Amino acid sequence: MASKSSYNPKNKVEKWLDERLPLIRFSKEHLMDFPSPKNLNYWWTFGAVLAVMLMVQIITGIILAMHYVPNIEMAFDSVEHIRRNVNYGRIIQGTHAVGASMFFFAVYVHIFRGLYYGSYKSPREVIWILGVIIFLLMMATAFMGYVLPWGQMSFWGATVITNLFSAIPLVGTPILEFLRGGFAVDNPTLNRFFSLHYLLPFIIAAVVGLHIWALHVPGNGNPTGVEVKSKADTLPFHPYFTMKDLFVVVVFFIPFAWFVFFAPDILGHPDNYIEANPFITPPKIVPEWYLLPFYAMLRAIDFNILFINAKLGGVIVMFGSILILMVLPWLDRSKVRSGSFRPMFKPFYWLFVLNFLMLMYLGAQSAEGIYVILSKVGTAYYFGYFLIILPLLARIETPKPLPNSISEAILAKEENTIAINAEQGENK
Amino acid sequence: MIIVRKIIALAALFFALAVSAPSLAAKVGGKPAELQKWSFAGIFGTYDTNQLQRGFQVFKEVCATCHGARLLAFRNLVEPGGPEFSEEQIKLLASEFMIEDIEAEGGERPATLADNWPSPFASEIEAREANNGALPPDFSVLAKARGIYQPFPDWAFNYFTAYQEGGADYIYNLLTSYEDPPHGVEVSDGQEYNAFLGTGIAMMNPLMDDLVEYDDERLPRTVEQYAKDVAAFMYWLADPHLVSRKTIGLNVLIFLSILAILMYLVKRKIWANVKH
Repeated sequence: MASKSSYNPKNKVEKWLDERLPLIRFSKEHLMDFPSPKNLNYWWTFGAVLAVMLMVQIITGIILAMHYVPNIEMAFDSVEHIRRNVNYGRIIQGTHAVGASMFFFAVYVHIFRGLYYGSYKSPREVIWILGVIIFLLMMATAFMGYVLPWGQMSFWGATVITNLFSAIPLVGTPILEFLRGGFAVDNPTLNRFFSLHYLLPFIIAAVVGLHIWALHVPGNGNPTGVEVKSKADTLPFHPYFTMKDLFVVVVFFIPFAWFVFFAPDILGHPDNYIEANPFITPPKIVPEWYLLPFYAMLRAIDFNILFINAKLGGVIVMFGSILILMVLPWLDRSKVRSGSFRPMFKPFYWLFVLNFLMLMYLGAQSAEGIYVILSKVGTAYYFGYFLIILPLLARIETPKPLPNSISEAILAKEENTIAINAEQGENK
Repeated sequence: MIIVRKIIALAALFFALAVSAPSLAAKVGGKPAELQKWSFAGIFGTYDTNQLQRGFQVFKEVCATCHGARLLAFRNLVEPGGPEFSEEQIKLLASEFMIEDIEAEGGERPATLADNWPSPFASEIEAREANNGALPPDFSVLAKARGIYQPFPDWAFNYFTAYQEGGADYIYNLLTSYEDPPHGVEVSDGQEYNAFLGTGIAMMNPLMDDLVEYDDERLPRTVEQYAKDVAAFMYWLADPHLVSRKTIGLNVLIFLSILAILMYLVKRKIWANVKH
């Protein structure tokens, strides 16, 4: 590894350090020189946005933990204490709560970018699987974080979600009681959720480290899906991509700030401003928007399949909808990575995106009438996309011809633009 | 151009996500809410100090008989961005309340600026006994715990107008909608009919014209005026730092916008000689 580095220690101290812990060499190699395809578009900047968001959540979260009290008698008021009496508490708490939504928005962009450009395909399967693990950890962290303010939605959300585990045959009830620390959601539940909510982000950070490590072995994919052929195809990460990413992060902060300062509660539910009450069930229990598609799929299964009852079926479908992503690299066997060169893939992909948004909408509606039917259709398409459409397309689709290299693709695009410009000039 | 297109695509995606998010409140059976103009709405919104003072008067003279506000400290009534009473006024007011304190002689002492608003009832049981079995909710964050129902696509625009005043609108509409029940609607004993809820409500109509004497005689002494003032006060009670937050927010947005432009120019300069 050291051999391909361009780092030359400038003075004795650097040389001394380099022989003992090549930290500067490592940073130069991976944070500055790291060759990245020059044709990466803006969808590729969301990795950096996500890294920044993880930092934002950890920093604001640590500050909140200094003032928060994980006790059912005091949790609700301690969050209000943060909002009212802690200096800038309303902004710090708002940043953390809105930050969760922004984090998920960014992760969905990142995931759907991967789905379109085939980022999960060989040799990047491990990067993708680690990403799915991060996504799962994020959902667990967000869910437990939502319980901490101990409002009505916190309590009833925790009750509904932990209750899912009771659907598991034989060991379901013991698992349920183990998760809750008792027979019902109560003080032990809040304590362990707080502890785990503090722990999981650091585990996420560690898996992000692996995710980036795995990325730095084959390097970035790119919009053409053609691997880097020569040095002419790439640019060093710094300053080209650091600057591009920084620009996007600042732009991303604008809607983020909009919500934090002007509408900090708009992404939440008014019921969570009512302190948890085990004796009053809210008329409608809904999770946060980013979990809605999976909630819709959970509720879509309201029928028994052979010996599997509806509840267990729903749980299997919900967890299955995420676990299926793990095996995606082996379901989509098409040799062509980028969706841009796959004419049959494209309409199915965009339908998948719309279907996901539809499921998100349906997750917020009550489970009745047309909504249930649409949820079933949506769930069927979600799984059909991975299990039937992608494997089939790999066999029958004729992809468009691929460029020989990234540089050639850029050149072709440029000639195309020149041709169009010339044409427009003639027309004038 | 490509950047503009990408930003539009992102904005569209964000919009789609926002649109698919849940509407904020479950539909109530009654008549649709009449939205009010609030001085604290929008990105330039601030509280009207006079209105908060009047709202506090209504709260103290009418609502506080049954409703508590356990998170309200007397000092909050003096702090900037709120009703901004003078310190003397509130010290005097606080001294009229007795606070239980085991360290004081006789177990009681007059309240100070540091104390919170005392609860009107000693316990939940006592509160229910006094109110026909119903528990009057605490006012501290009540304006945030209520929302109004808006059909699609109305609520989708809230993300762009930053409409957050659903709770204040709820309170206003509730207080101004006490009516005789329509034909065929039965209201159980100890309840009154509320057209906004479309059902009976355990709280008796608390307001009537000329109930509270405002110092400013130019203001109408009507239920509508009282309802609006107390709703504004309750919104402040639930979101006491709104004014400073929005002021900082405006500066943050201006700063980020300028920084984004600078970042873009630097990025363009760095990439100027690269074909990509």
